[in-house]
Amino acid sequence: MLQEPVIRARGLVKCFGALRAVEGVDFDVPPARCFGFLGPNGAGKTTTLKMLMGLADFDAGELSVLGFELPAQARAIRARVGLVPQGDNLDPDFTVRENLFMYARFFGLTRREVAGRVDELLEFANLTHKADARVDQLSGGMQRRLTIARALVNDPDIVVLDEPTSGLDPQMRHVIWGRLSELRARGVTLVLTTHYMEEAERLCDELVVMDHGRILDQGSPGELIRRHVEPDVIELRGEVSDGVFATLSSMSSRCERHGTAVYVYTGAPTVILDFLGEADGLTVIHRRAGLEDVFLHLTGRELRE
Amino acid sequence: MKRSIWQMPRARAAAFAVFARNFLVWRKLLGPAIVLNFGEPVIYLLGLGIGLGALVGDIGGLPYLVFLASGIVASSAMISVSFEGMYSVYTRMVPQKTFDAIMATPLDIDDIILGETVWAAFKGLLSAVAILIVAALLGAVPGGMMALWALPVVFLLGLAFAGPAIIMTAIADNYDFFNYYFVLVVTPMFMLSGVFFPIETLPGWMQTAVLILPLTHAIEVIRPLIVGEPVEHLFGHLAVLAGFAVVAYYVAVALVRRRLWD
Repeated sequence: MLQEPVIRARGLVKCFGALRAVEGVDFDVPPARCFGFLGPNGAGKTTTLKMLMGLADFDAGELSVLGFELPAQARAIRARVGLVPQGDNLDPDFTVRENLFMYARFFGLTRREVAGRVDELLEFANLTHKADARVDQLSGGMQRRLTIARALVNDPDIVVLDEPTSGLDPQMRHVIWGRLSELRARGVTLVLTTHYMEEAERLCDELVVMDHGRILDQGSPGELIRRHVEPDVIELRGEVSDGVFATLSSMSSRCERHGTAVYVYTGAPTVILDFLGEADGLTVIHRRAGLEDVFLHLTGRELRE
Repeated sequence: MKRSIWQMPRARAAAFAVFARNFLVWRKLLGPAIVLNFGEPVIYLLGLGIGLGALVGDIGGLPYLVFLASGIVASSAMISVSFEGMYSVYTRMVPQKTFDAIMATPLDIDDIILGETVWAAFKGLLSAVAILIVAALLGAVPGGMMALWALPVVFLLGLAFAGPAIIMTAIADNYDFFNYYFVLVVTPMFMLSGVFFPIETLPGWMQTAVLILPLTHAIEVIRPLIVGEPVEHLFGHLAVLAGFAVVAYYVAVALVRRRLWD
């Protein structure tokens, strides 16, 4: 993959007063891929997205999108990028179709230029039957689909999505994931933030894990899992005595106690499962290690508030 | 890399899309808008102009209804622009997040505020037109067709009042905050700028003081145009209004940037 990155960040720093929200971040987003920012609340993900849209300035570093430099060429960048914000900000005074036409107009596109495109987008978002409904008559999932359709009205090269499926039910999340995969297959670059591990694992070709304004690591979901955690996890719920815990620690690569649960990370689960076969009153869950384990390993388990 | 909120605004023709958005919404709600635009002046002109006018007689050589109508044309534009610049702009900027949506397109805050300013002035113009029609039907527009020249002045007045209203919006935490501006700015101007009585009846120092108010200057131009008399110091008055419009637009852009930029 020797293609030029569509987004290139070097040494990005962003401060809010004394708070350093983003602290020297470097990344390259390759074209026609889905690139994810994964991190707890306050990690600097949304701020990073705002910077690459030219909606937030930065204190140091270099940032270019589609060959345009920020902040000088922000308008040119926004003409080629679509944004799906965290909270829907559709226009409540307009119908579904009018929302799309009006948004096109902000890009300098006339009704005639986008008429065909608006029909396609309504189809894409499964909203053709709701085209003349008012926005407040739509369900949350429909509003989200309309917001995604709206972000495509300028036929963007990059679509930026800030937590695209938060607050949606599982069915709707799957529908939206399907639509986003379709976009990527058409050559659109997707950049998204999420704290749903499943979403990151399913959608993202490449991820950066962020916390406290820094990038902790980056790579494909598979690479990150191989690099940071053992392939198997055994989770124990219930009373685990210190003796058992000590034994588990010696048998595994890593063993952690969090609240009432114990997590055993290992490359050889069978011995441990055999050992645990004798333990009573414990719920034992054996599973493949996933991104969530990487995430918790890298960002810790303390609460973020 | 850091942007200054005070950098010169560079609004473009694209700002017209913001005006168009507001116009399309307004068109959907035309019924209530027309009731407001026509209903209010009819009540004012009939109640005060005819009722109070019978007691007052002539003012400055004009029947009171004529005097009042020419003042209300200006003051109702001021009030209409102020409402739009505060309650409506706040709604679009804060709860509705319409500005956030627009900022993700190639438009900047410079364009959004220009579109909102021109839109607010246009709404002021609409309310002035409604009053002029009502006044003409009541025979209170002796200037005849010359009164139409008052309309561009009303538009300029609207631009002058849109900026200060948007400035208030940029620093408001909620709708209640606008009470300060209405009580401390709009209402005093409404009472003291020559809408209901000539400023010459004020004490001397107050006559000088009201000259800092843009509404006073607007009325000094609008009244003679409606009445059909020559306008004195035309360019001086227009320059004051234009000055308010330009400076307030600039400050409004800066303060909205301060609020919406990260």
